[in-house]
Formats: sequence, C-alpha cells, structure tokens
Amino acid sequence: MYRDNSKLLQAALVVLVFFIVTGGWEFYVWVSETPAFVLPAPSVVGKQLFSLLGNAMFWDNFWVTMYEVLMGYVLGILIAVVLGVLISQIRLLDLSLMPYIVAFQTIPSVALAPIFLQWFGYGLASKIVMAALIAFFPMLVNVIAGLQASGRDEVQMLKAFGASRLQILLKVRVPNSLPYVFAGLGLGVVFALVGAIVAEFVGAQKGLGKMILQFNEQFNIAGMFAILIVLAAIGMTMHSIVGMAKRRVVFWAGDH
Amino acid sequence: MDSISQPLIRINNLCKTYPTRSGDTVALDKVNLDIGDGEFIALVGPSGCGKTTLLKILAGLEGGFSGEARLGNVAITKPSLEVGVVFQEPTLLPWRTILENIMLPVELVRMDTKTYTKRALELMEMIGLKGFENKYPRELSGGMRQRAGICRALVRDPKVLLMDEPFGALDAMTREFLNAELQRIWMRAGKTVVFVTHSIPEAVFLADRVVVMSPRPGRISEIVPIGLPRERKLGDLAHAGDELARIRGHFADSSMID
Ligand SMILES: Nc1ncnc2c1ncn2[C@@H]1O[C@H](COP(=O)(O)OP(=O)(O)OP(=O)(O)O)[C@@H](O)[C@H]1O
Ligand SMILES: [Mg+2]
Repeated sequence: MYRDNSKLLQAALVVLVFFIVTGGWEFYVWVSETPAFVLPAPSVVGKQLFSLLGNAMFWDNFWVTMYEVLMGYVLGILIAVVLGVLISQIRLLDLSLMPYIVAFQTIPSVALAPIFLQWFGYGLASKIVMAALIAFFPMLVNVIAGLQASGRDEVQMLKAFGASRLQILLKVRVPNSLPYVFAGLGLGVVFALVGAIVAEFVGAQKGLGKMILQFNEQFNIAGMFAILIVLAAIGMTMHSIVGMAKRRVVFWAGDH
Repeated sequence: MDSISQPLIRINNLCKTYPTRSGDTVALDKVNLDIGDGEFIALVGPSGCGKTTLLKILAGLEGGFSGEARLGNVAITKPSLEVGVVFQEPTLLPWRTILENIMLPVELVRMDTKTYTKRALELMEMIGLKGFENKYPRELSGGMRQRAGICRALVRDPKVLLMDEPFGALDAMTREFLNAELQRIWMRAGKTVVFVTHSIPEAVFLADRVVVMSPRPGRISEIVPIGLPRERKLGDLAHAGDELARIRGHFADSSMID
C-alpha cells in the first residue's frame, strides 16, 4: 500500500514540476519578449515537434540514427561479453589485457570520432563503430566485475558436489553476473546514443544529429529542442526496455 | 561402535599447514581418527583448532596436506559422490527453486533426473519441506533453508554426511528441533556423519563419539564416547553429566563454553 501511494505521489510531483518549469519558461519568454532564435517558448517547441512527427524527412533521419544506435549497441555489447568472459576465465588474458583496458577507458572515446570518419567514411559505418566503442567499455567492465562477483561459499558448495569449472561458470558465475550485465546494458544504450550523435556531428549525410546541425545553421532553435526531446524519448524508451528485461531476468535480486 | 574394526573413514597422521604472511599456521598436526560405517562423530573445539580444515580435507576441497585421509579404499583427493556436505550457511542459489536447489548435485553429475526427483521429494517430505518445492530460498525461514541444504547433501544418497556448524546461525529452538530431526534421519538412513559444532550439548546429544580438538597446533586432545541409548531425547542429556563435564574440562581456560 505504502509503495503504491508513494509511486502515485511521485507521478503527481513529476507532472507538477513539468508544468511549473514549462509554465515559468513560457511566461519568461513571453514577458521578456526573447526572440525564438535565442530561446523558443515551450509552446513553439511543441508545435515544431508535432510538425516534425508528421514529416517523412524526419522519420527518414530518425530511422538512420536508430539503425546506427542499435547496430552499434549490439556490436559493442557482443564484443564486450565475449571479451569479458575470456578475460575473466583466462588468467593470461586478464594479466596482459586489463592494464590496456583500464588505460583505454580513460581516453574520452568520442575524441576518436574524427579518426573513425577518416577510416570508415561519411556513411553509417563510422557511426556504428563509434556507438559500439562507447557502449563497449561499461559493458566490458561490468561483465568482468559480474563474473567475479560470486561468493566463495557458492563456488565452494558447487565444487563440493563435484562441479567442473565450466559448470561453476554456467551455474553460478553467469547468474551472479546478470545484475552487473544489466547495469552495463543500461549504460550501453545511453552511451550508444551519445556515440551515434557525436559521430553524426563530426560528419554525416543523415540522422538526428545531422538534423540538429542543420537546424542550428537555420537558427531554428525550436527544431533543435524538438530533436533533443526525440533523443531523450529514444534514450528513456530503450533504457526502460532494458530495465523491464532486468526485472524479468534477475527476478531474485532486489530493486536496485 | 563395533564397526570400528572396519572403518569407513581413516585419517592417518594428517598434517596441514597454511602459509601466511606472518609465518605458517599449523591447522592440523598429526591427526589420527578412524570413523566406523554408520557412526555419528561430533567435532568440537575452540575457534581455529582446524575443524573446518579437517572437514574440507574429507570433502576433497582442500589439498596440500601430508598424511592421508581415506574413504573406503581410496585416498581422498577430490570431492566424491559418496560424500554430501552441509555448510554453515545454506548457500542456496537464489534463482533456483528449493527443489531445483536440492537437485543441483544430481544435475552436476547427470544422474537420472526422474529417479532422483522422486528421492528429493521424499527427503523434503521427511524433513518437513513438503509444499515448498517451487518456492524460492528468500521465501523460506533460516531453519527451512538449512533443511533444504540437508536435503541437497542427501539427494545423491551418499554414504557420508559432512556438516560444518550447520545449525550455528539458527535460534536455540529451531536448533533443538533440527537436532532431533537429524538424529531421526541418521537413524533411518544409516549415514556416517561428521558434525562440527561449537555446542557441547549438541555434540553430546547427537554423537556416538565426541572428538575434542585443541588449537595451535590443531590436534585431537580426547575422544569421548557417548553411551546414551537411542533414540535420544533432549532430557537425556541429564544422564550424560560425566561426558559433558569431561568435554567441558578441556575448555576450562578457553572462551568456548556453551
Ligand atoms: N585459507 C586459509 N589460509 C590461511 N590460514 C587458514 C586458512 N583456513 C584456515 N586457516 C587457519 O587455520 C586454522 C584452522 O582454521 P579452521 O577454519 O579449520 O578452524 P575451525 O576450527 O573451523 O574454527 P571455527 O570454529 O572458528 O570455524 C586457523 O588458525 C585459521 O586461521
Ligand atoms: Mg570452522
């Protein structure tokens, strides 16, 4: 009961904050007569958003970015899982690769976007690689941490009943890694989106990032805000899909 | 026990040293013990006297010792199908139902699922877990989880049951109840049990012989046979005053009094 109440309260508060912020914003723009190419009123952004949603060109760009994000995400995640399992199971790989991974992690990967543009061109490939790379690192780190998260007791219990190394991996280490894996998956979707947009900024023919740049050149700030809202919606939708999958798969873990 | 003439477990001059940064720890020093088939042995002794170490060696989980531990005709070097282990923590896997947890040892060595599911269900009924087959560990009380741990140790029908302070984390009432239960299971199933505990009354209540150990280095200081007839009741401990006193005498100057 208490939980339900607090959820309802939260929903009400979120809506309230939305109206206060957009109302205040609208009011400010109206009173100060700020021109739309500096700060558009929320109502203008809303109109712009609706006209975009009815525009075939927008959907064309939307699906290009979605394709880059999803392909990059899947690619980055898959490589991270394979590498993570290998590193956690093969000591030689752990010893030799971990220092490099730690070092590479400190590089802001988005800085590689111009290089990827050189290597992979203005098409989709450079965006997919960028999205994959940034989704890759948090996933890799989480896979490795997750596979090492099993308690000594659980492992010893399995050994006592005669489990092989592979059985210990599959029956204890993998299930125990799942909360970490989903943390990596959740970060990964957001990061892949960032990667694709940044790569589009650096040079692209199509995509939502490209649209932001075009609106910027046209001083269409409302259009840029509208795209931002679309990006936020994409990020939140994918993130909550991961969250829903997590609650189904890792049903035994708590809420956090 | 007269079966001692042909022991099931033979521990011969067993020594185990753990190297640590601040020098070596002698966990076991020349331990000798023969355990008869069907015998119930309780191991008592203060913290750090090597009870867990001894049990782990018997479970085939610990190597690097000198001397020998034999189960039947084979030296113990790895976990055996003939041995079931109950740990201090039940260590049930939270993503498995109780029945799936109990069946884990069967699954690991690919024994026949059908036959052993039947056995698992019988064990669960015997130990009072009927109806909890499809529950998850978090839905059970501590005592019930530990019972599930016992079922898991018994499911492959091993000859030997090794138990390391299995009831140590439970409240006194649950503990007494499970002790009585364990005695019944042991009497019915005819297992050989090695049972580690910090509780002297628990040891006396359960065991045919209580093995008293002392620390630094870990040694057996006395083996006390308990003559109480079966099936024992809690009140019977009043008739074991001598044994209780004798065992307690070993710990007069240590903190282990229960
Ligand atoms: N893995 C290990 N590495 C180093 N020393 C260890 C290890 N395991 C046990 N020891 C040491 O060996 C000695 C015996 O430990 P053991 O766990 O067998 O004692 P115990 O009788 O089971 O104690 P308790 O009653 O507290 O469970 C202790 O001094 C302990 O510190
Ligand atoms: Mg111990």
